[in-house]
Amino acid sequence: MSDGARLPERGALARRGLTAIDGALALIVIILIVQMWLLTATLESFLAGRVSAALPAALVSLALFAATAALAAFIARVDRAARESGGAA
Amino acid sequence: MSVEPGKPPLWREEFSVHAGDERYVGRRQFAKFLVLTSLGMLAGNVWILVRSLFRKPPVFPAVPVARVSDVPDGGILTFAYPEAHDPCLLLRRGEDFAAFSQICTHLSCAVVYDDARKLLACPCHDGAFSARDGRVLGGPPQRPLPRVRIERRGDHLVAVGITLEEET
Repeated sequence: MSDGARLPERGALARRGLTAIDGALALIVIILIVQMWLLTATLESFLAGRVSAALPAALVSLALFAATAALAAFIARVDRAARESGGAA
Repeated sequence: MSVEPGKPPLWREEFSVHAGDERYVGRRQFAKFLVLTSLGMLAGNVWILVRSLFRKPPVFPAVPVARVSDVPDGGILTFAYPEAHDPCLLLRRGEDFAAFSQICTHLSCAVVYDDARKLLACPCHDGAFSARDGRVLGGPPQRPLPRVRIERRGDHLVAVGITLEEET
């Protein structure tokens, strides 16, 4: 196959990869906003003398961090796939 | 300046940034930054959890705040407990005494007794608390007023601790 015929395919791959990465980034930002709210609410509760929310909040925060890390790994995988296909060049 | 055939121009060698690569690198770095931010917030939550686990219950002193005869039936007395900068209100209804922190749980304004409505009112944002048990009756506060435990020892009223009620 000639380069001229492959170029549009590379471009399409790159665009698809960028769209997937943008979507994952948007999800990470939403998760971060939730995590930020969770931290402030837990801190406010702790400073008010109530400690019952600390454990569930830490567990939820851990789950949100795991989701963020999974999405980051997804971004890295898509990025690598796009680069190997030559889409990013 | 001439360019040798088959070689990229000099400006491309010196400014070797590809726009496509830069887009990917920017997003990848941004994702790493966001993950680190998420890790920081997880660390904050874990720190709160550790502090909660090793938290010692506060010890309150027993402090005489007034004589029974100092507070008339239906009257109010202000006092400070547990420290001199912690204002509190003591209310008497017959032989029942109730005492609350005077600091609103919304934004720390001073609450006052509203005799017309028979409740504790925060004038800053129209918060309202029950004069019986300190629970929230209206307005922006989400938590009840901390209640000061009062014991009657002879003719003296003694503050012995503070109770934080559960959220309403």
